[in-house]
Amino acid sequence: MPDWRPSAELAVLRARARMLARLRAFFAGREVLEVETPVLCNAGVTDPHLINPVTTCLLPGDRDPRRLYLQTSPEYAMKRLLAAGSGAIYQVGKAFRGGETGRYHNPEFTLVEWYRPGLDYAGIMAETAALVAEVTGRRAPEVRLSYAEAFRRHAGIDPLRAPLPAIVERAAAAGIGVSDPGRLQRDDWLDLLLSHVVAPQLSADRPTFLTGFPASQAALARILPADPAVAARFELFIEGIEVANGFQELTDAGEQRQRFEEDNRRRTMAGLPEMPIDERLLAALEAGLPECSGVALGFDRLVMITLGLPSLRDAMAFPADLA
Amino acid sequence: MATYSTNEFKAGLKLLIDGDPYNILENEYVKPGKGQAFNRVRLRNLKTGRVLERTFKSGDTCEGADVVDTELQYLYNDGEFWHFMNPESFEQIAAGGTAMADAAQWLKGEETCIVTLWNGVPMTVQPPIFVTLQITDCEPGVRGDTVTGATKPAKVETGATVKVPLFVNQGEIIKIDTRTGEYMSRVKE
Repeated sequence: MPDWRPSAELAVLRARARMLARLRAFFAGREVLEVETPVLCNAGVTDPHLINPVTTCLLPGDRDPRRLYLQTSPEYAMKRLLAAGSGAIYQVGKAFRGGETGRYHNPEFTLVEWYRPGLDYAGIMAETAALVAEVTGRRAPEVRLSYAEAFRRHAGIDPLRAPLPAIVERAAAAGIGVSDPGRLQRDDWLDLLLSHVVAPQLSADRPTFLTGFPASQAALARILPADPAVAARFELFIEGIEVANGFQELTDAGEQRQRFEEDNRRRTMAGLPEMPIDERLLAALEAGLPECSGVALGFDRLVMITLGLPSLRDAMAFPADLA
Repeated sequence: MATYSTNEFKAGLKLLIDGDPYNILENEYVKPGKGQAFNRVRLRNLKTGRVLERTFKSGDTCEGADVVDTELQYLYNDGEFWHFMNPESFEQIAAGGTAMADAAQWLKGEETCIVTLWNGVPMTVQPPIFVTLQITDCEPGVRGDTVTGATKPAKVETGATVKVPLFVNQGEIIKIDTRTGEYMSRVKE
């Protein structure tokens, strides 16, 4: 008989629903508008590390079904709403990332994403901490640690300035044997050290914000004018697990286009297909995205950590292998 | 032999790394949300038993190792090789001393063993978990002493030496756990 039962216990799903209700109440209390944006879009992301699942759908006016991308996050559509004057908005929705399966990954997951016009980097971090405290009921004060300081403290290197051979050597010293080291770029090595060495040593009992990611890992964050080596991007770790990612958003359409094009060049070099650039997003940025900050938070992971569950599949009804 | 993508990795998959066959014990997918994904894999070298940790960039491929576990019946030892037979095809295969390792001391004939073949050649041999063997040589038994836990060495018919309780006698048949080499119980004929 096929395995039809949910992988999460029903008591977990009830607790999950209560957390979601608290999350909605948190945003309602701060007058952040709940919105919904499409899961199926004409464009996906250029980010070389993300895979948009693809589907086809027959759309009005077309003879044949059109190729559409399941969104890896609702970021682009939400920024179009911001440019249209929506004000503060949030969304709880499904996001999709091909190939991501593991203890803390499922190709389809629930993402909480919100944007706050007028809030800067520090302000959105404070709000993220307040949201997590409210939803989880854990009120431990958070730790703020710069990406560079975390690497210095837990890996003994300066991630922004250390020469590549020193970073490679540090990985070897940590006993990390890499199958094909010649193919890793500098940021790949930093990702390797972050996930293998640094993150596991972050505070287990206090939420930790890693701030100031390298400019080369800025994604859609703006570069800090004070230090061009660093982006206004943070990540929240709880018990060493990455839970949220936030930016002070890049609002410059020209720079955004350059980053998309640079992504596509890196894709070509890595033998990956180029991705169409979301011209509607760029048009919205051109029209004017208000100064704002935004955060994406993995809701399944927050449920998992809050309830002390060993893996993501214990926090969701039907992971990919049972879908 | 096929190659496997990291996406196909799972416990039990056999890979060829630096010329040696490995069995995946654990496969962990790690990925910073915006960064490079890796598969962090713990593997056991099937020749040496040594455990290795290796990190693969997700999406990379690795050559598979042609390793299969087969249930074969032990026939006899010719002094150099231990001969096994596939009970279905009657095909015979010989294993050398390295592959036999500790297994040889528990076998007298007709036992079903798990023989791990790499490219068709025996690499390791697992004897049955429990074997029953006759004691060929030991000190005479001491009656009534069943509680002290004291033991004495006893030689069994295959030549192996096992620690047995004092009350066990020469000529008796005993059950042995081959994983630990420990005496389990006496077996009545």
